[in-house]
Amino acid sequence: MTFDVIIAGFGGQGVLFAGQLLAHAALDAGLETTWYPSYGPEMRGGTANCTVVISDEPIGSPVTERPQAAIVMNLPSLVRYEPLVRPGGVLVVNTSLIDRAVERDDIDAIAIPADDVAAELGNPKLTNMVLLGALLARTSALTTAQVGATLERVLPARHHHLLGANHAALARGAELATEAAARDATPTA
Amino acid sequence: MARELLKGNVAFAEAAIRAGCEAYFGYPITPQTEALEHMAVRMPELGRTFVQAESEVAAINMVYGAAAAGVRTMTSSSSPGVSLMMEGLSYMAGSEVPAVVVDVMRGGPGLGNIAPAQSDYTQMVKGGGHGDYRQIVLAPASVQELIDHTVLAFDLADRYRIVSVVLADGSLGQMMEGAELPAMRPPRAADASPAWALSGAKGRDTNLISSIHLDPDEEERFNHHLQAKYAAIEAAEIRYEEHLLDDASIAVVAFGTAARLAKTAIAGERAAGVAVGLFRPITLWPFPTDALRDLSERVEAILVVEMNMGQMLEDVQRVVAERCPVGFFGRTGGVMPMPEEIAARIRALAVELGAAVSDAPEEVRT
Repeated sequence: MTFDVIIAGFGGQGVLFAGQLLAHAALDAGLETTWYPSYGPEMRGGTANCTVVISDEPIGSPVTERPQAAIVMNLPSLVRYEPLVRPGGVLVVNTSLIDRAVERDDIDAIAIPADDVAAELGNPKLTNMVLLGALLARTSALTTAQVGATLERVLPARHHHLLGANHAALARGAELATEAAARDATPTA
Repeated sequence: MARELLKGNVAFAEAAIRAGCEAYFGYPITPQTEALEHMAVRMPELGRTFVQAESEVAAINMVYGAAAAGVRTMTSSSSPGVSLMMEGLSYMAGSEVPAVVVDVMRGGPGLGNIAPAQSDYTQMVKGGGHGDYRQIVLAPASVQELIDHTVLAFDLADRYRIVSVVLADGSLGQMMEGAELPAMRPPRAADASPAWALSGAKGRDTNLISSIHLDPDEEERFNHHLQAKYAAIEAAEIRYEEHLLDDASIAVVAFGTAARLAKTAIAGERAAGVAVGLFRPITLWPFPTDALRDLSERVEAILVVEMNMGQMLEDVQRVVAERCPVGFFGRTGGVMPMPEEIAARIRALAVELGAAVSDAPEEVRT
């Protein structure tokens, strides 16, 4: 099993942290993992992305041109990564900030209004966790329970009052993704 | 020690501390600055020396001074900063003092950019400073190796009174990967300075650390002494990895990050029926000459892959000496050769050699 995902958005949306959390969780699950960040000058106020690879074998390349999955948190990221996701792969789209529909029909596109969901949950900073939950629900590398448990370990103690909200965000993202999948699978008359 | 998710730059800095580094001198430069930041916190905590120098020129001369005093010392930097250190490295070679330098390479020449590259190969392997000198050059391909090579670099530097270089690149410095740090070594006893060091001459004859030999005959004798030392290192310290080469007709030769990118390409091509493997020099100097020569007699073709325009390629060509064709694929200026591109080059070579392979390169990755 080898799984790779690119998480992309504006700097400040929690793109790098979401990827690190995923990598920590993979390591906790006894798997191999790499986390590779964009670290160019464009990071300051511009776009940020990271690639996470998870495998049960030693990992060669920490980067890929054709990821199995992508989370796109803003429009420039959708434009850049939609064409690159492998056929049959997963694309999680933050529709709160992206008003263009996914054009491809050979990938599993999941529309999640993540900023709105985060606001409903009471903290706009939870957007990344909502989207991560959606990804986990539709891929098989790790479960939301595994990632949630890892969050407890890696989140500094001073932020532990936010654990409940983060767990809720992961769960809500997963729930929305599962509901969307059920809708897609229902035959229309 | 448990495996933890570690960023390359932090991992090698902490590894250096645990290997007994007593003094760190450096100047910030992306993509290695996290190492300096880690040292700035940890070294004072442990009562050891950390100095952010006014430039890389100053930093390497501080390393020279500390090394001459018998202190376990290091610096780290990235390509443009390392270029500034060349004079100091030559003087250290001429004085036979041990030290460790970590170069987290980035795109060049000149100020270039901060993206990963391997274009300091020639500078570090052939000696960017003046004079007939060598330094041990280790080329890690993972965060774990970045840790292990940093520890090894200190031990080899001490054993041979030589500068050891860990030649990493921006991607290794910036990425996080599961890795295990070594246990903390106990600090060296205050009276355990090497006999040659400038540790205070009270009660013994004075030592002299210098790279000046004004008499040409004397300088030539000193050079012969250095060459004998280098020959001993070549005899004892060559390291390399062979991956899937037993039945291979094509060998990719690559070091560091380029080698791990190639491993993904090789896995895909293997799945498509191409008999391809990887030869990875781990010590770039001493270069694994004999092993590569043997390999060139077993395979039908070699493909050198680098994140530069063909610097190690010249060494591979010299060793292979036309026993088999040597192809090259490189990306440079901070661009990484993606596994898909490498796979296409391997595939083209396989087709040229008449191998029966499936139609398109497989989209398999490990």
